[in-house]
Parts: sequence; structure tokens; C-alpha cells
Amino acid sequence: MAAVLFFVVTGSPGWPVTRKTFFSAHYAGEIVGPALRGLELNLELLLVCGVSALALALLLAWLRTLRGPVFLPVRMLTAAYVDFFRGMPLIVLLLIIVFGVPGLQLTGVTNDPIILGGAALTINYSAYMAEDFRVGIESVHPSQRAAARAIGLTHGQTMRFVVLPQAIRRVVPALINDLVSLQKDTGLVYIGGAIDAVAAAHIQAAASFNYTSYVVVGLMFVLLTVPVTRYADWLTRRMDRQRTQGGTV
Amino acid sequence: MTAPVLRFESVRKAFGEQVILDDVSLSVPEHSVTVLIGASGSGKSTLLRCANLLEEIDDGAIWLDGEDVTDPRVDADSVRRRIGVVFQAYNLFPHLNVLDNITLGPRRVHGVPRAEAERRAMELLDRLGLAAKAKEYPDRLSGGQQQRVALVRAIVSEPRVLLLDEITAALDPELVTEVLAVVRDLKEQGRTMVLATHEMAFARDVADQVCFLADGVILERGTSAQVFGDPQHERTRRFLSRLSEAGRL
Repeated sequence: MAAVLFFVVTGSPGWPVTRKTFFSAHYAGEIVGPALRGLELNLELLLVCGVSALALALLLAWLRTLRGPVFLPVRMLTAAYVDFFRGMPLIVLLLIIVFGVPGLQLTGVTNDPIILGGAALTINYSAYMAEDFRVGIESVHPSQRAAARAIGLTHGQTMRFVVLPQAIRRVVPALINDLVSLQKDTGLVYIGGAIDAVAAAHIQAAASFNYTSYVVVGLMFVLLTVPVTRYADWLTRRMDRQRTQGGTV
Repeated sequence: MTAPVLRFESVRKAFGEQVILDDVSLSVPEHSVTVLIGASGSGKSTLLRCANLLEEIDDGAIWLDGEDVTDPRVDADSVRRRIGVVFQAYNLFPHLNVLDNITLGPRRVHGVPRAEAERRAMELLDRLGLAAKAKEYPDRLSGGQQQRVALVRAIVSEPRVLLLDEITAALDPELVTEVLAVVRDLKEQGRTMVLATHEMAFARDVADQVCFLADGVILERGTSAQVFGDPQHERTRRFLSRLSEAGRL
């Protein structure tokens, strides 16, 4: 199958030109340096946005567990946040924030496309991750809560020492998948003008009318994500095994 | 008779239209064992859950050491601190080992330093022949062992009263004995207990006071000899004769 595809592509009438514009060894060599420098920004964004999105998501999921009529507005607001930002296409959110916020000309608010782009990523991913956490929290059987309250723990302590440790374990694979996805999506910040790996590729392509840089940068992202996805798979398998051993509680 | 540790006064509890407890009054003297018997759904478990404020009562009052704990101004967590509970399904925390399961309450609720809490926990585990299991996780233990750990967890903070909710109902018959032996031991230590059970031979043996519940009402109460030896109420007689036909008495 792959061989067939290979021959179809290499035998196609446009192949000689395509090979030159997408797989040029010369341009590939030239892009590696700028792309790696750009990739540093992607990794920084992954780290900072990943950590802040996780923290924000945990807070959102926590707020949603608060019981009683007093907290109804809080629960509704967090639900609205999640629904809104999960439904909004990331690229649209990014465009609105990166071009909208500077347009407001607020004093003291940054126009830096890296920070604004990072904020958009954080908002979007916190909505996804909040759902992961919520699913995890709800998967912890109510009898665990009853047992925790019965020994005198408060609601907060019950969450912290009994519910969350179990919930987080169960959603680690899902969270890692989100992080892999975030890693790729850091490439979108280039639309605001930040020079990441994708922007570096874009600059070279625009200057040379040769698209090899995109292929090289694409492969770099793949190389980065493969180990993480493998790790997530391994973790999922290991946890499934544990859960079948663990029984109902 | 000493002042009651726990007292139910005309307690009423309904879920919607269905009345679960109707005008239940019951006094539990210190150092005594009260056994609740009756068919499933007669209200035994609900009565225990109300005492621990896991359920809110609709009418009446529950007194713990002379304090009306059903007063809405009372801090429920501070009440639960003084009550030990053991559930039918053990409800150990699966992410914590045996020792941490037991010391979570003392450390986080009662502020006992870790070393002190662990020393006390080991003492109790040792008495129950479970010292070797201190570092094991609950899923490595048999049901009987888990339930004995749950008993240790319930008594480690020296509660004023211990509520046992059908603690042998989920166990294989050969494991019931080891758990009941612990309860007998607790009785000999003079602990105040209220237990709901279907183990009639055991109930007859340990009870200072037996209450027969049917449809949310205490139909008959008295000493073990009175209720089991000479039941006055028709429904008590029928309940007991059905059990003896089934070989449970």
C-alpha cells in the first residue's frame, strides 16, 4: 500500500517540481537553525501554557464541585466558561485576542503577541482540561466521599486528600493527550506575529518560494510528540490494568 | 443507667413521599451495644446515616452527649469527628495504604503528629493481627481484612459512639467470623456501639438492647432475651421465624 502510494506520487507528472519545492536538501539545511530557535519558543509556550491551563482547569473543576444553592452562580459561570471556550475554534479565539486586545489601547496591557497568544492557548486548553478533571472527579464513587466526611474531613479536605488524588490518576492519560495537542497548537501563535518554528518556516517559504521549510518544521513537531504520545499510551495501559485489579472501589 | 451518649428524639425522615423513619426515638447508653434488626429497607441504615449527619432529618432531634446535633447552627464536621462509622462496602481509600487510611483522620482532622498517629495505628493493627499489612494497599487485602482495617480507622480517634452499618453483609461467610470477633472485642473494651445487622446469632449475643424496625418504626425493643426469646409483636415473630427457617438464627 505504502509502496503503491510511493510510486503514484513519485511517478506523477508534477513530481519533479514538487520534489524541488517541498524536499530540497539545500533549503532543508538552511531552515534547521532558525526552526530550532523558533522551536524554543514553542516549547516555552508549551511549558508555561500547559502549567497555567492545568492549574486553571483544576480550579474550574473544583469550583464546579461546590454544593448548595449559595454556589449556584459559581457553578453556572464555570459551566458557561467551559462550554464557551471549548466551542470556540482556537484560531478564532487567537485572532480575537491577539488583534482585539491591542486594539483596545488599554494602558498597562501588553501587546506582545507571544503573551496574548499564550493567553488564548491557556484559556482554550483550560476549558478542555477542566472537563477532564470533572469527569475524573465524578468517577470517584460517592461512598468515598461519605467515608471521608465520616472521619470528620471537611469538604475541602475530602477533595484534597481523597477525591482529587483518585480523580487525577484516572485522567492523567487524557491530560497528556491534551498536552500533546497543545504542543502542536503552540504553532498557531505565529499568526499574531510571534516568531516560533512555524513562523520561521513561513518566513523562509515566503522569501524563497520553496516549501521545504514547512516539511522540516512539521517533522520536528512529529518528533517531539511521538515520545509523549507513546508515554501516554503506556500510562493508559498500565492504569487500565491497575483498575481491573482494584475492583469497584 | 448512665446518661445516653446518643439519643434520637421523634426522628422523622422522608425521601419525597416515602417515609423512611417515622417518629423514631431511641436512647443509646454509654458502654452499651444497640442492635438494629429488621428487613432491608426498614430504615436501619438511614437511622445510622442520620446520626452521622450524612442525611438531614425532617423532624425531631438527635442528641450527642447532650448536644442537639441536628440544630442547623451546629458544625457537622465537628459532630462527625466524635462518631466512628463503618460501612457495608468497607470504603477504604484505594490510593492510600493501610496505615495512611487509618492515620488520615487523626492527622488531618485531629492534628495528631504523624509519628504519634502511626504509633497508635500500628498498636491497633497489631492487636488485630494486621501489623504486617500496614504498608499494603486495600486491593491487596481480603474483604475481611479490609473491613477490620475500616474498623481500626473508625476507632483510632476514640469516637464517642461507633456506628456499624451491616459491616459483614458484603463478606464471604468464612470471613464474617474474623470481623465479628473484632466487634466482640470492642464491646469488651466498653465501646458504645449501634449496629445494623442481619447476623442474628451475633446480634443476640452482643446486644444490650435490640430494636426491631419495620417500615421506619421501631416496632419492638428490649433486651436480647426479650426480643429474640419472647417477641411480643406479630411482625417480629414472623421476621424471626423466617430467619430461623432460613437457618440464620
